[in-house]
Amino acid sequence: MSALSRFAKPDKEKLTLAVGAPLLAIVTALVITSAVIGVTGKDPLHAYAVMLDFGSKSDSQVWIINKATPYYLSAVAVAVGFRMNLFNIGVDGQYRIAAFFAAVVGGALSLPGVLQIPVIMLVAVVVGALWAGIAGLLRTTRGVSEVITTIMLNSIAASVIGYFLQEGRLAQKDGDLFHTPDIPSGSHFFTLPTHPDPVYGTVFVAGLAGLAYWFVLGRTRFGYDLRAVGRSESAASASGVDVKRMVLTSMVLSGAVAGLVGIPTLLNESYNYGTDFPAGIGFTGIAIALLGRNHPVGMALGALLWGFLERTATQLELEGYAQEIVGVMQGVIVLCVVIAYEVMRRYGLRRQQRRVGAELAARAAAGTAGDEDEAKAEVSA
Amino acid sequence: MANHDIDLTVRRGTVHALVGENGAGKSTLMKILYGMQRPDEGTIQVDGEQAQLHTPGDAIGRGIGMVHQHFMLADNLTVLENTVLGAEKRHGIAGRARERVAELSDAYGLGIRPDVLVEDLGVADRQRVEILKVLYRGARTLILDEPTAVLVPQEVDALFDNLRELKAEGLTVLFISHKLGEVLSVADDITVIRRGTTVASLHPHETTPKQLAELMVGSELPSPEIREQATAGGTMLTVDGLRLTAADEGGARRTVLDDISFSIREGEILGVAGVEGNGQAELVEAVMGIRTPDGGTVTLDGEDITRAATRRRRESGIGYIPEDRHRHGLLLEAPLWENRMLGHVTERPNSKGRLLDLAGARADTERIVAEYDVRTPGIEVTAASLSGGNQQKLIFGREMSHGPKLLIAAHPTRGVDVGAQAQIWDQIRAARREGLAVLLVSADLDELIGLSDSLRVMYRGRLVADADPATITPEELGSAMTGATTGHLDHAEDHSGEHAGEDAQGHADDHAEDGEHSAGEGESAAGAAAADGEKGGAR
Repeated sequence: MSALSRFAKPDKEKLTLAVGAPLLAIVTALVITSAVIGVTGKDPLHAYAVMLDFGSKSDSQVWIINKATPYYLSAVAVAVGFRMNLFNIGVDGQYRIAAFFAAVVGGALSLPGVLQIPVIMLVAVVVGALWAGIAGLLRTTRGVSEVITTIMLNSIAASVIGYFLQEGRLAQKDGDLFHTPDIPSGSHFFTLPTHPDPVYGTVFVAGLAGLAYWFVLGRTRFGYDLRAVGRSESAASASGVDVKRMVLTSMVLSGAVAGLVGIPTLLNESYNYGTDFPAGIGFTGIAIALLGRNHPVGMALGALLWGFLERTATQLELEGYAQEIVGVMQGVIVLCVVIAYEVMRRYGLRRQQRRVGAELAARAAAGTAGDEDEAKAEVSA
Repeated sequence: MANHDIDLTVRRGTVHALVGENGAGKSTLMKILYGMQRPDEGTIQVDGEQAQLHTPGDAIGRGIGMVHQHFMLADNLTVLENTVLGAEKRHGIAGRARERVAELSDAYGLGIRPDVLVEDLGVADRQRVEILKVLYRGARTLILDEPTAVLVPQEVDALFDNLRELKAEGLTVLFISHKLGEVLSVADDITVIRRGTTVASLHPHETTPKQLAELMVGSELPSPEIREQATAGGTMLTVDGLRLTAADEGGARRTVLDDISFSIREGEILGVAGVEGNGQAELVEAVMGIRTPDGGTVTLDGEDITRAATRRRRESGIGYIPEDRHRHGLLLEAPLWENRMLGHVTERPNSKGRLLDLAGARADTERIVAEYDVRTPGIEVTAASLSGGNQQKLIFGREMSHGPKLLIAAHPTRGVDVGAQAQIWDQIRAARREGLAVLLVSADLDELIGLSDSLRVMYRGRLVADADPATITPEELGSAMTGATTGHLDHAEDHSGEHAGEDAQGHADDHAEDGEHSAGEGESAAGAAAADGEKGGAR
């Protein structure tokens, strides 16, 4: 069999497809946004120049990295679900309720930092996992779609937080805001001594989460089972995977990662959970997971791109561009990426089928002389 | 699939059959003729005129219409509405359209009822609607892609009558099939395709099914016969009193497996015959642990596995070839080496401890590809890009690579071309010689009779009859599958006084011709066709 010799070729082709799709998406997105900016009567090229110039300043770089850290964690949480065909829209509620209770616990304890930081993170992970687990449980025992339950759990999480985030319950009043007691300074996460602003040390938490995501899904038996369920529930079940348990496990896992989303803000920025705690990162995560195609590196690039766009939005406004332009860009990019990948996937699949046929035919034609004998030998083997 | 050097001439007013193995390139050729794919070189002439067929629209414009293997009808519309859909410009959607439909139906003996909902139609009627749709669009040449795959024998005869009507009216039919008997009975000309090229053009009266099959495979044909003494070993699988109920669509529970008991020894192949939908699929799934039985026990090699999970059963030595390989046997969009792990991810060479062994799995996939003659350019291509026969060889190779004690093979050669079929049979036989126990479920009676050491017949969830494959004929087995005969089936010729007791039951099949039994037979045959249709749709 000459299978080995033909091994390298499809890989190269796969790479071309992998690079081609995002390139196609970005070019298309640029063309569309240019058209939109052009319609508003402004110069699109100048806008890009402003964005590049402002976005590459060193304080912008730090800002982008710090912003991208929770985005990345959120994307990983969503991707865990995506990889097995679960749509966890509830990352938003999961990280908020997780961050809230982690803040409460963090504010109430005064252990040494080496102990307290892990405790706070553990609380966040457990609460996030439990919250997502409700949706997983409802899906496996009652067959309720996780899309519905996670959306509803988002609202419930907001109400629960709203109930406790009042004076005399778990919060204290600070001006117009309510927030949980501050986490003692000994339990703040370290930062990197960059200038002019520090980069949050929690970026390593995000990095480790990405690494774990890649390793668990790509290199372990558990990850294989999870991906198998995502690709074909019926085939996975026949192969011996307990599909129901896998649904519950992956939902819990997705929630656990979601629990970490609030940690960078909590331990590097606000040190408490207040009414101004950032919301909506769970939805950003969905966009970034789509953008990065659930790939650990792709999602990192997506998160940075998102941070870059948000950073430069303020500057565009100062230059007289409509403030919504960045929102338009974000939407257009996600749509272009999703469409480009789907187009490339179909094209790749068709191309591959054709190529398999062509190569087999060529091989058959080359071996026509010995064909009859070979076929006989195969049958009697 | 690629084609090269295809030469095909179809005479007007004839039925022209195109035969070839799965993956030989029949479908590609049809797609080219119907404008769904463009040829790299070569020409197509219609009525002596060069044609450029870039889209199905071009093909329809040239009077070429296609009846697909999987019907493309809207269930919730009537026959008339389905026919008109997308061709509203031809005759409108009301009176004139209705007249035209009636006209076509009468002219070609299609027996169309225009106001019936498609969802209320059987498979054969749906196929006639598809043919009507093509005719309504003005086709003079019809391409039919494996039209008989979903039909029972009586329906096939009716279809062939329709085709003869079409031919008599001067229409041309291009008929794709790999059922050689049918091809010989209906075709005026036959073209054989092998590995993407035309290898022979024949007239039906100058050839035989055997010769055709040999042209398709390019070598002499094997048969499933074994007839060698089984090495009678110990009992491998015992199923005792297995019962299973399942909720049907209305929510009512009905019994699908009723007191099933049998055992298989080492080196024995037990064949289970039955019209589809009589519980064979459920039996297989219950033994695999995919369904939980309501009662009874399953014992593998002395160990009670009634409550064991599917993965445990696989690890303790059950190999599984599922009935529907696309839904249960493969991850279609995953590369071959990931498919090699499916079902055996906990075993070497796929994993070490809890971690995957990617290198080991890849290397072993190369081995399977070589040893089982999976025709693929490499192991990084997706399973979906292989032809059906090669997918099945991959599955078979995978299941045989873990030293199974018991192989559960559900329709192991369904939809597989003749060459791959022979190979799979050979390998099952070889493994049986080594002591493998096999539970074989099949709808192919020749396969069952040829491979099995003993036979059981399943009817309405029960094992109603048993037979000796050495003496039984497909006809006798077929009769038992409709529930007409039960008990031990004796071959009609060799009965004698010593079998008096069993003969009383066995001879019920002599009366199978009477009205009541024929009615029963027709009913279950229709049921089987419906089940087939659903499956076809799912794929």
